[in-house]
Amino acid sequence: MEILVCVKRVPDNEENEIEVSADGSDIDRSDIVYSVNEWDNYAVEEAIQLVDEHGGSVTVVTVGDDESDEILRREMAMGANNGLLLKDDAFNGSDGKGISTILKSAAEKGNYDLIMTGAQADDGAGQVGGMLAALLDYPYASLVNKVEVMDDKKLKVGREIEGGNQELNEIDLPCVLSIQTGINEPRYVGIRGIRKVASVDIPSMGASDLGLAGDAVGDGAAKVKKVDYFVPELGEGAEMLEGDTDEIIDKLIELLKAKGGLK
Amino acid sequence: MAQLFAYITYKDGVADDSALELIEAAKKIDAGADVTAVVTGSGGDLDTVCNEMAASYKEVIKIDNEALAYPNAEVVRKALLNVLPADGIILITHDTFGMDLSPGLSIKMGSTFVADVVDFEGVDGSTLKIIRQEYGGQVTTHVNCDISAGAVINVRPGVFQPDESKGAAGGSVTDKSGDAGDLTTGRRFLEIVEAEVGDVDITKSEVLVSVGRGIEDEDNIEVAEELAEAMGADVSCSRPIVDQKWLEKSRQVGTSGQTVKPKVYMAMGISGSFQHMGGIKGAPFIVAVNKNPKAPIFQLADVGIVEDILDFMPELTEKIKGM
Ligand SMILES: Cc1cc2nc3c(=O)[nH]c(=O)nc-3n(C[C@H](O)[C@H](O)[C@H](O)COP(=O)(O)OP(=O)(O)OC[C@H]3O[C@@H](n4cnc5c(N)ncnc54)[C@H](O)[C@@H]3O)c2cc1C
Repeated sequence: MEILVCVKRVPDNEENEIEVSADGSDIDRSDIVYSVNEWDNYAVEEAIQLVDEHGGSVTVVTVGDDESDEILRREMAMGANNGLLLKDDAFNGSDGKGISTILKSAAEKGNYDLIMTGAQADDGAGQVGGMLAALLDYPYASLVNKVEVMDDKKLKVGREIEGGNQELNEIDLPCVLSIQTGINEPRYVGIRGIRKVASVDIPSMGASDLGLAGDAVGDGAAKVKKVDYFVPELGEGAEMLEGDTDEIIDKLIELLKAKGGLK
Repeated sequence: MAQLFAYITYKDGVADDSALELIEAAKKIDAGADVTAVVTGSGGDLDTVCNEMAASYKEVIKIDNEALAYPNAEVVRKALLNVLPADGIILITHDTFGMDLSPGLSIKMGSTFVADVVDFEGVDGSTLKIIRQEYGGQVTTHVNCDISAGAVINVRPGVFQPDESKGAAGGSVTDKSGDAGDLTTGRRFLEIVEAEVGDVDITKSEVLVSVGRGIEDEDNIEVAEELAEAMGADVSCSRPIVDQKWLEKSRQVGTSGQTVKPKVYMAMGISGSFQHMGGIKGAPFIVAVNKNPKAPIFQLADVGIVEDILDFMPELTEKIKGM
């Protein structure tokens, strides 16, 4: 099975406290640690396991810049066979549809049976997988937490729905799946693994390589545009307990007693 | 202004809780608009639900087809594509169904898509002004969406409160089942596998000590267990703790986990994402301990404490034990 997994380099949610930059045009990127989008690691792990069992290869692709090279290498250190960087100034400012359009062109250059994305990334939109599927006219399933190969024409997939229940579907290949966290346990990548792939050649493709007209993607084509980041005026929020830890604990215990929090 | 539609999720014989939230969302786009509800299904209580919707929506479109018995997003997308005008503005709830349906629907409609919208600031010409959040609610953004060729807008559930005085729209139901067209798809629904039942039922707990990613390590779970024991509480958690297999899935609070109704909820190292908070009902007293003073949870909790939970929890446990 030939599998393409779409990945993204994002500010690491675990390592950073994300704040609005001084002029509101972006988040404050001065001390940001980047990594692979959490969901994508689960997608790559699932792809590797499928290929281990059924043969084929895993290609990881990203729309990014030179710095995105590091995440492709990380996923290759996990076990992905190939990397592909889609990079062009013309891609800057793309909205979700633009990114999906770029990925679609890349997908069509290969011969993939299965395309995976993470269920969502840093902006919480969760849109690229579904858009890519529609552009390719492939069936789609989102929030997938189980993949089982039925035969060479179809998969059985579980979707995680409300309440932790699972919706089982049969889906024809080729198809697009967006992968939910928890589907597997993504393998650990050590320094050794990264070193092994450090000098592997990762091809890069731009708009003309993909046969994309400059105005089909990027800022000019985007119909959804972020204006700014801001700090909303909210209600009062929590009553903050202050003082030294001892005082805070005493106050908290009083409150807990009053609210029935201590038995 | 283009026509506004609200897709009503109809499942297991009832309309989803968010059904009337979508009208309120639509009113923030266009205060005077008549919003058309769209309900898909197959026989059963479909007519009852359509009539219920007609009490709040001026017009209700019914699409009745065997293939729509279970809301499989791939099938629903085809039906909507055949029934709705491409330049309409279609509001859909941003839940596991809306996430499945909408991005592809916008592509097929040739319209624009915006996910997980938390507010609207009206329309300026052909620009719909939207507010959404990024990074799990840590930052908020203004987004401009060009709606000149229509739009599919996913609205965060639980944000737009339904108007309690509803029920007097006197709307009519139009049967468009005949327009649904060919509904065969490459994805077929098989069955639902119910979530496993765990050793404790946190939906019955009165007090919960709930741990999030701030617990940092599997070995630290016992720090929370000790606090819970001292308080007479149960331990619950956010999703990343279950993803790492540090606690059982049955202890996960949130939209894709359990819905809890405790008296007191202690959120320990939890950032406050909407999927997590969506599982907390009944307005409990929420205490949040987080080392980041800007964590979104502090907007949602009753009491906030900026501390490292790994230091704070053992001290709190000691004090309670010594009482
Ligand atoms: C379809 C879907 C369904 C989902 N369903 C659920 C669900 O049911 N339940 C759920 O919980 N999530 C769910 N999620 C995931 C959700 O979006 C968030 O990713 C998740 O809730 C974050 O968990 P968290 O708050 O523990 O982690 P984070 O967001 O990483 O927050 C950790 C917090 O801990 C703080 N912290 C770190 N270290 C310490 C310390 N030592 N002391 C004090 N504070 C510390 C940090 O400041 C941060 O605020 C779902 C996501 C999707 C896409």
